[in-house]
Amino acid sequence: MTEKTFMAGFGGQGVISMGQLWVYCAMKEGLEVTFFPFYGAEKRGGIARAGVIVSTEEIASPLVTSPDSAIVMNMDSLPLCENILKKDGVMLVNSSLVKVEPERKDIRVVKIPCNEIAEKLGDVKFANMVMLGALSQVTGAVKLDKLEPILKTFFSESKHRFIPKNLEAMEAGAKAAS
Amino acid sequence: MAEEKRLMKGNEAMGEAAVRAGCDAYFGYPITPQNELTAYMAKHMLDKKRTFIQAESEVAAINMVFGAGATGARVMTSSSSPGVSLKQEGISYACGADVPCVVINVSRSGPGLGGISPAQGDYFQSTRGGGHGDYYHIVLAPKSVQEAADLTYEAFDLADQWRMPAMVLADGMIGQMMEGVSFKPPKDPATRIAKPWAVGTSSNRPVNHVDSTHLDPDEFEAVNRARFERYAEMKKVLPRYEEHDIDDAELVLVAYGTSARVSYGAVQMARKLGIKAGLFRPITLWPFPEKRMGELADAGKKFLAVEMSMGQMVEDVRLYTHGKSEVFFYGRCGGNIPTEEAVLAEIQKILKK
Repeated sequence: MTEKTFMAGFGGQGVISMGQLWVYCAMKEGLEVTFFPFYGAEKRGGIARAGVIVSTEEIASPLVTSPDSAIVMNMDSLPLCENILKKDGVMLVNSSLVKVEPERKDIRVVKIPCNEIAEKLGDVKFANMVMLGALSQVTGAVKLDKLEPILKTFFSESKHRFIPKNLEAMEAGAKAAS
Repeated sequence: MAEEKRLMKGNEAMGEAAVRAGCDAYFGYPITPQNELTAYMAKHMLDKKRTFIQAESEVAAINMVFGAGATGARVMTSSSSPGVSLKQEGISYACGADVPCVVINVSRSGPGLGGISPAQGDYFQSTRGGGHGDYYHIVLAPKSVQEAADLTYEAFDLADQWRMPAMVLADGMIGQMMEGVSFKPPKDPATRIAKPWAVGTSSNRPVNHVDSTHLDPDEFEAVNRARFERYAEMKKVLPRYEEHDIDDAELVLVAYGTSARVSYGAVQMARKLGIKAGLFRPITLWPFPEKRMGELADAGKKFLAVEMSMGQMVEDVRLYTHGKSEVFFYGRCGGNIPTEEAVLAEIQKILKK
């Protein structure tokens, strides 16, 4: 099994964290992983993209050029993801911010209203965790069952109180995608 | 026993490996895309009561490396392409005075200030003695975060063993990407190679000189010849490489570092189409695995060098196949990375399949 995912959004949406948590969980589940980020110099609002690969085999190119799955967190990322996604690939769209339909008919589109789900849980910042849950549900590549202990090392102690909400967001995303 | 795998950037993993290898002193100056390495050393060297100095420039940093290395300490510096160019004078001096040290180059696109994206345009500079004078030094090229850690860890021993700088030539991709990595245990200082040549405060031995000045031509020639005898010995024992699907391959891709990862992906795609391609990945760029290259040429293989440059390592492929083989080249530069699909297309074009 090899799952190559391209994640794209704007800076501040947690795209980089989402990619890191995805490969961190995969590594703890015994998979080979690679994470390569691209982001602008801006603190917020610039581009934020990550190419991530999880595999049962040794990973060849760390560059994700023809992904099996793509995550579209904002409007600007849609054309880019649509352009590179593999035929029959799955596109997970944050339908709270992306109101346009992809033109391609040879891909599977799964719409998740990430921002709305996150806001219901109390903060739009959980939107990336909602999408992470959806990605796990749709691809089955990473189970995310070790997310809780990973979040404990990922977040500094002062932020541990947010862990239950993050887990809840992940589960809500999985449910929305099922 | 290997420790539990950690998820780390290549830059951080090289820093941790250096700490575990017993790096006594690190001297650096910031430059993208290797900043996490300097930051890692800043954070962890002082905790361990070791020396960390952010120098006022790259030139100062490499001269601090020379000075500390001359006392027998395990020393390291790191930078990226334009910064490594600035260090070349110091590297030449270290080679001329036989001072062991570790230099990490997380290379980016050039020439000039260039860009901050990954590139492999520093092959000539690294493998041909990038400063002035007649010299070479060890060059190790990792393909992954794990190997970046392992080669950095080993570089300190190799530098001490052969009394010369050992360079780890990574690129911006290896430095910036995150992968799983497990580290070897910290080296026991008792296992270090003795350095009776080092300068210091010992008063009960003859005075040692560690420098590269030789004003008598005959004496200097003898010193250089002795050093080249050491190089000849290294060429016998040091070359290292990895091979995939070589035996029945009609076309052998030759690539190192990130472009070797891409080429491996292209080879796997080619094999699925029934195309007989293989991969030869030099791990030591100097000394280059020239003997094996020659054997593959004798076996009638064709070669395709894949690089993130306009073609530098390809010249070594031509050199060590002694004109017996057809050698092709595919490269991207300016910070672009070749894709598996583009390399596959090149394989198909060459083999007309």
